[in-house]
Amino acid sequence: MDHLDGNVLAGPSTDLFAFEATTTQCQCQSCADIAMLGQAMVYGQPMGFVARCRNCDNVLIVIVERAGQKSLNMRGLRWLRVADQATNDRI
Amino acid sequence: MTSRAIGWRTGSLERAHPLTASARSITFTVSSWPGNDAGQHVDVRLTAPDGYQAVRSYSIASTGAGEEIELAIDRLPDGEVSPFLVDDLELGDTVELRGPLGGWFVWRPEQTQPVQLIAGGSGVVPLIAMTRAHASAGSSVPMQLLYSLRTPDDAFFRDELSQPSATARTTWHYTRAVPSGWSRSAGRLTAEDLKRETLPPEHVPLTYICGRTGFVETVSRALISLGHVPDNIRTERFGGT
Repeated sequence: MDHLDGNVLAGPSTDLFAFEATTTQCQCQSCADIAMLGQAMVYGQPMGFVARCRNCDNVLIVIVERAGQKSLNMRGLRWLRVADQATNDRI
Repeated sequence: MTSRAIGWRTGSLERAHPLTASARSITFTVSSWPGNDAGQHVDVRLTAPDGYQAVRSYSIASTGAGEEIELAIDRLPDGEVSPFLVDDLELGDTVELRGPLGGWFVWRPEQTQPVQLIAGGSGVVPLIAMTRAHASAGSSVPMQLLYSLRTPDDAFFRDELSQPSATARTTWHYTRAVPSGWSRSAGRLTAEDLKRETLPPEHVPLTYICGRTGFVETVSRALISLGHVPDNIRTERFGGT
């Protein structure tokens, strides 16, 4: 199955986060790779989205959209670094 | 232009024209649209009479302020949304739009790094937004486009990209059929093509690649093999229906 980029999470994540998710830096729990969420490999639709590490394939984030609700699982992230709005917009 | 955009807005089809036999430019008027950066996308939501909804992401071809946005949609044969947008949507019809979205696959005029754009087919859409932003800002940053197409008839925005006044030079590459008198034969982009037709690693360009997943994979791997740094390569893949 073809994957997309983390960029595609920008829309669905507006319902989940108050910050721009795709320019948020995060670290993979499994291999310690640090990347923007926009650089992750995303397998999407129709149920939701699975974001995997670009380096080791570890599942970083799962978003399931169903019955008017979104479930968010972030077990594959060690951390997520949210820049202040001013810099986050200018990465 | 970078404020958080949450919630769905209504877009009304203002103008439309065919781009190729399978693709169409559609421009929506979106009330209180905040403007967008080059490379951003929008989610389009269609709702059927029975309540079934389909959402797809499309890159925005237009850039800057104003309440109009232009999308350029290629009809996917088995698609659920694209055939409707290409064949059935009439002037004055409305769709729901969420955006502008994304901050990673974006070019802003204040960036100073040389820029190489590489498009596969309809992947040219966010990249033409970048060439438009480059032209309208009068940017002096080097920017050039390598546009890979199946055949000459598949080109989007050929006249615009070929204008002598274009500030970003376009190099055309054909994978299935070439124009008459073309000096090269048709074939997939190779590392050798990329070496000849793109900015070299010594110039430390920021490269934006947009196309189908296979195209993006092939091109980004080849660029890394030529010595480009992965963090200077930004990708936007598309696929599915």
